[in-house]
Amino acid sequence: MKKKNRLPALAMAGPVSVWMILFVTIPMFFIIFISFMSRGIFGDVVYDPSMESYLTLLDSTYFNVISKSLKVAAFTTLACLGLGYPFAYYIAKRPKDQAAKYITLIMIPFWTNTLMRLNSWLLLFQTSGPVNNFLQNSGITDAPVRFVYTDELVALGMVTSMLPFAVLPMYSSIEKLNKSLLEASADLGADAKTTFQKITLPLTFPGIFSAIILVFIPSLGVYTVPDMLGGGKVLYIGNIIKNQFGMIRNWPLGAALSCLLIAITGLLIFLYTRFTSIEEMEVV
Amino acid sequence: MAMSQRAKKKKSLKLLADFYAILIYAIFYIPVVVMMVFSFNDQRNNYYWAGFTTKWYGELFNNHALTDSLWYSVVIAVLATLISVTIGTIGALGLKKFEFKGRRFVNQMLYIPIIVPEIVLAVAILVVFMTVGVRLGMGSILIGHCTFCIPYAVVTIKGRISGDDNSMEEASMDLGANRLQTFFRVTLPSIMPGVMSAAFLSFTLSIDDVVMSNMLAGAKQSTLPVLILSMSRSGVTPDANALTTLMILIIVIAMVLNNYVKSALKKRRKKEVNL
Amino acid sequence: MSDSIVSLQGVHKKFGKNTVVRDMNLDILEGEFLTLLGPSGCGKTTTLRMIAGFEETSAGSITVQGESVENKEPYQRDVNTVFQNYALFPHMTVFNNVAYGLTIRKVPKDEIASRVGAMIELVQLKGYESRKPDELSGGQKQRVAIARALINNPKVLLLDEPLGALDLKLRKQMQVELKRLQKRLGITFVYVTHDQEEALTMSDRIAVMREGVIEQLGTPTDIYDYPRTRFVAGFIGESNLFDGTVKGVEDGILQVKTEAGNLLVSGRNFEVGERLHISIRPEYVEFSKEPVEGFDVPGRVKDFIYMGTVVKTAVDLKNGQEIKYSRFEQDQTIRANDSIYLYWKPARAVAIKWGAIEEERYEEEK
Repeated sequence: MKKKNRLPALAMAGPVSVWMILFVTIPMFFIIFISFMSRGIFGDVVYDPSMESYLTLLDSTYFNVISKSLKVAAFTTLACLGLGYPFAYYIAKRPKDQAAKYITLIMIPFWTNTLMRLNSWLLLFQTSGPVNNFLQNSGITDAPVRFVYTDELVALGMVTSMLPFAVLPMYSSIEKLNKSLLEASADLGADAKTTFQKITLPLTFPGIFSAIILVFIPSLGVYTVPDMLGGGKVLYIGNIIKNQFGMIRNWPLGAALSCLLIAITGLLIFLYTRFTSIEEMEVV
Repeated sequence: MAMSQRAKKKKSLKLLADFYAILIYAIFYIPVVVMMVFSFNDQRNNYYWAGFTTKWYGELFNNHALTDSLWYSVVIAVLATLISVTIGTIGALGLKKFEFKGRRFVNQMLYIPIIVPEIVLAVAILVVFMTVGVRLGMGSILIGHCTFCIPYAVVTIKGRISGDDNSMEEASMDLGANRLQTFFRVTLPSIMPGVMSAAFLSFTLSIDDVVMSNMLAGAKQSTLPVLILSMSRSGVTPDANALTTLMILIIVIAMVLNNYVKSALKKRRKKEVNL
Repeated sequence: MSDSIVSLQGVHKKFGKNTVVRDMNLDILEGEFLTLLGPSGCGKTTTLRMIAGFEETSAGSITVQGESVENKEPYQRDVNTVFQNYALFPHMTVFNNVAYGLTIRKVPKDEIASRVGAMIELVQLKGYESRKPDELSGGQKQRVAIARALINNPKVLLLDEPLGALDLKLRKQMQVELKRLQKRLGITFVYVTHDQEEALTMSDRIAVMREGVIEQLGTPTDIYDYPRTRFVAGFIGESNLFDGTVKGVEDGILQVKTEAGNLLVSGRNFEVGERLHISIRPEYVEFSKEPVEGFDVPGRVKDFIYMGTVVKTAVDLKNGQEIKYSRFEQDQTIRANDSIYLYWKPARAVAIKWGAIEEERYEEEK
């Protein structure tokens, strides 16, 4: 028998495989490895196995940051689901060509630099910005309200920048939903609310779960939004990690925090794959 | 025509839905509009509105920190796009059309950069680079960008490849084309729309990236987003708004032109068919 | 005669500028199997969907059991639907799919169990209760869809091309089963299909639709033997159609001149000089080697088509028209290229008024 020619497969799948192994697999394993090492006096890594970094995470300073990050990420996710689902539903119920235009309309603002868009919220809400001017001129408040560098503004920035990532996967799962299933449900006596609970919601759950993953995980690690809108005073996990590899230089601690994020990601992905394949996930 | 109660109820519901959709779009567009408006603000730090001016559009070209970082970002984005789309295109085909050991593993690896928080991947790559002794600079940023662009490119293009089989390629070879000819004449044209959107996606991801660029940057030059982030402490200056406004204008004009050319070509083809 | 259970009066339906159903009047009788038959786009499915409540009428009224349903949502109507592609809930088991209507009505658990059990037995799906729809074959899905629609004891069951997705053999089998089921339950079935054979097999009455209008309403034999319009004649079964002019009338027999030659057809209410269509079924066409009294339709045998139980003979007429006649066996005395003369018993052919429906529609649009 003629041996199968493996060259085309190797030439085509080779580069992407090598790239992924070199710059994803190896770094991911290495960061996990580092997290179990110790920090040297000069901020270097001492290859001496220890659980110290993980124990440090239990300190109240870090623990508070972690729980606060989790809270903000959870809030962002819930807000994005709540705001995004009806919106996704609205678009999915348009005729196909119209829906495509509506989706493009969502994308266009995201071609503008993310940080500049975040900065716009600052411009709007700053002490002598348009919002405060309006509040004072219309007599709603006497003195300017302090919006900038608050958790609320950070939350606003998080929700507005994450919302499309919730809308898109939910849109595609609602769009896939066969209209006749809803008609069948109504036909069998279910009113709109019951149909939504019993048919629409369960069948679009994969889209909702994708949205949760695509919003919750990035929100947990993001540091640009707190940096821009929180003035760097409000610290989240992302800021802490960044700082460990920058000025503060405590690699094992940063690595341990990274591993915490990896573990949370892994857990969510595991739950997700319980009912759908990861490749079903709509990411773009 | 008389409207039934049902029709009336439906109509008022639709009105409510329309209103809601407009509200959400407003949330998406307000930041863009505000960003543009403040590019005409006559106040050096954009702390308050001080009157209309177009001077920033002239002055931004004298702000070398801004133009240098823009240039740096564009060069990186172009290179990252070229590399990611090349590797992504052949990779998507290879992963879709060939069975090989470890295919599943590579497929899963591709989802890590997409899902895991970017800071984690950036830090992981940084640690490896520092340990091995790679010098940080444009090369390291480029590698970082490609690492998240390639997976997006692969996923985008894979979605455009029809079917798992090779029947189209087999037909081509059956008709006498060799593998290379088949690739350039049959395979590549058939996935071209996917390749184009992968390129667009890669470019926008790269030019907008902060996290990877920040972690893997050398001491000398930073990308535009990193510069903007560092400006934010003291207030982003209006020339940055002007620059961003110009950038979005260029993108939108390019998109409109692209659509225009596409539909013109389509019309011409239709005409030819009708003849 | 039993009473009408669903009644459509002057029902009109427009989608934007397109009129899909025009001025339809239809009384569906209690316990009957009524089929809406027509090509795609004729408005049959839209009519069904208006009865179910998924579409609203643009004008006219629909009553179910004498009560207007205009302001009733689909879930408030006593009719249930079997959908074209089953529309089974993919996330529910067979049991839960069938139980859905009862669950919604908050029927007690043990009653649900017994009623669903009985229904599943009725459609012969015992043992499949805990399967999900994607673990079922097409025929099984079909049965679940029927059981699910029947569980609420609807007064009327609406079926939208329910057998369309099945292969031929299974379709034939399901036709018989559905018909039996309908007789046994005594429920009114309103059945939509584009398959004329299916309609003829199953229905008590057929409404043949074209472009939003019922062209003919009647029993299968009625429609098959006495098509009222050219369209019905052509759509139901196979027909040879001629266009001609009445030259003479004698004892209810019309002498007609057509481009293919002169022929006879029985018909009432026709006058000399009137234009008309003539339809004759292939099985009623006779041939002879000599001209036959009253007929002058010469032709040349083209070829023979074996169809299993019958053989069809294609004959070219002098005006270029091709007509077919069918026999159970091929006549050995006839060969290709033979010249023959065609004729039939005048009572077997049907005289159809010229453009009756077309003119009506034209008037209405003016």
